[in-house]
Amino acid sequence: MPSSAASAIPWTRKRAEPGWLARLFDSKAFLIVACLTPAIGLLTVFLTYPLGLGIWLAFTDTTIGRPGVWVGLENFVWLAEDPVFWSAVFYSIFYTLVATVGKFALGLWLALLLNNHLPFKNLLRAIILLPWIVPTVLSAIAFWWIYDPQFSVISYLLVDVLGLRSNYINFLGEPWPARWSLVAANIWRGIPFVAICLLAGLQTISPSLYEAALLDGATPWQRFRRITVPLIMPILAIVMTFSIIFTFTDFQLVYAITRGGPVNSTHLMATLAFQRGIPGGQLGEGAAIAVAMIPFLIFATLFSYFALARRKWQQGETND
Amino acid sequence: MTEAATAIRAPDIQAPEMMAWDSRRRRVVTLYVPLACFVIILLFPFYWMAITSFKPNAELYNYREYNPFLIRSPTLDHIRHLLFNTAYPKWLWTTMLVAISATILSLFASVLAAYAIQRLRFRGSQYVGLAIYLAYLVPPSVLFIPLATMVFQLGLFDTPFALILTYPTFLVPFCTWLLIGYFKSIPYELEECALIDGATRLQILRRITLPLAVPGLISAGIFSFTLSWNEFIYALAFIQSSESKTVPVAILTELVSGDVYQWGALMAGALLGSLPVAIFYSFFVDYYVSSLTGAVKE
Repeated sequence: MPSSAASAIPWTRKRAEPGWLARLFDSKAFLIVACLTPAIGLLTVFLTYPLGLGIWLAFTDTTIGRPGVWVGLENFVWLAEDPVFWSAVFYSIFYTLVATVGKFALGLWLALLLNNHLPFKNLLRAIILLPWIVPTVLSAIAFWWIYDPQFSVISYLLVDVLGLRSNYINFLGEPWPARWSLVAANIWRGIPFVAICLLAGLQTISPSLYEAALLDGATPWQRFRRITVPLIMPILAIVMTFSIIFTFTDFQLVYAITRGGPVNSTHLMATLAFQRGIPGGQLGEGAAIAVAMIPFLIFATLFSYFALARRKWQQGETND
Repeated sequence: MTEAATAIRAPDIQAPEMMAWDSRRRRVVTLYVPLACFVIILLFPFYWMAITSFKPNAELYNYREYNPFLIRSPTLDHIRHLLFNTAYPKWLWTTMLVAISATILSLFASVLAAYAIQRLRFRGSQYVGLAIYLAYLVPPSVLFIPLATMVFQLGLFDTPFALILTYPTFLVPFCTWLLIGYFKSIPYELEECALIDGATRLQILRRITLPLAVPGLISAGIFSFTLSWNEFIYALAFIQSSESKTVPVAILTELVSGDVYQWGALMAGALLGSLPVAIFYSFFVDYYVSSLTGAVKE
């Protein structure tokens, strides 16, 4: 302990006896409590309590302006018969699956490209991260304009420049084109995050492994499959957990571009919860939809926890 | 790493690869062409946003006569409309105020928490760290309905305080996690020396740990600022009056009126709303990258 070391040194100058306040702030137990109070307090009041409150609200018939009473599972029974809810569940899963696969395939490819020796590498990295930095809603508005039925630049390219199609695509007017358009926008926004995180993982791999493999005559595919993939797996697992959680609970992109339309076909669970809860005023029902997302999140979190634990074990760390 | 070790076995008896991966043509096809495609696709929406906000309406809605990728006669009409006919400056100001206040509040709470968890090690400190990490995984879309009722009961509805107090729910876990990583990289010996010299714990935090953690503080600060600037769902749910909205919400709810969209003004609004973050970002790129990757690696 450092304090005993201090007393062991004979020439330490005696200092003035500190006041009670200074002694209080030097006591470790007090300091721990004092340091943790702001963070824990904020999180308890504005995160843990609302989480519990949300679960309670899901079992009541609260509306805006009227405190609800306990109705048991009525909200959930009602939702189970609601085709719009099931369509939101389906689209949430579809959106998450397709967007995650797209983001990770393209993001990994981009990371591998960036891992080469390139001129202006830092500038390139800065440019690539831009879609992730700019507020989602604002880039979503740009996509909304790109997907405009009459003045879409994609349709213009396909029809007037390349001549591949004869009519303009109605991106957001029909269910399936709208669903795919939103997935594409989400992939666009997610690529930079995945690519930069995986690039950080790739840069920790020692080049000597590749040199050794090259000497042994490994093909590029073998080098990728047997060296790159196992070594970035831990970081990939964590990035994927984050990505899955935040894609599944996405709100901004869908709300900004389609607001759940056409005919409720692009509602995610989050946008449906918002629509029923805040403008619709059915707080209880909205909360029930939000609570229905929790099992999925728990699953993703457990996945993350075990991925983390596995990584620690790989690195030979024992504590924290 | 057993897998990687076993990977370097079984040499195929073939001609060596002749460093084919270094040949120039192949490098162009497998590296520069895909990279150029990525950059073009990732940047195109911004180019489109910028070019739309400077186009006069006549060019904007006429692809037959004007090439949509170029501007014939640039105009500042959309930006002028935005700045003088709408409450845009007020929205910018509100967003700035909320983002800065939420950032300061979260940084204060997270520095103390990270210091306690990483430096004042105590029994169970790692569980507190894990709990804070788990808090980051609770998304705002699950919380906004109960938070809306809370905000209403606390009388904060429609005030900036509703946002300043709720944004730390996602900022504090992130910053704490980031700062724990930074504190971990500061050698213990420095603090021990200070203890021997008779410094109190608070003096150590103020004089030694914090100055050494400045890069971490900057990373956490700029990241919190950006996340607060981008936040949407709380701002949409807790703010009602037009003049106290934040930029992302205001553009979507105030500028979109009726069935005719003012695309020029919308794009100009999106461009102006992105600029502060983009400028901020250009100064601190390295901090962004290090905090992004650092937070994931920790």
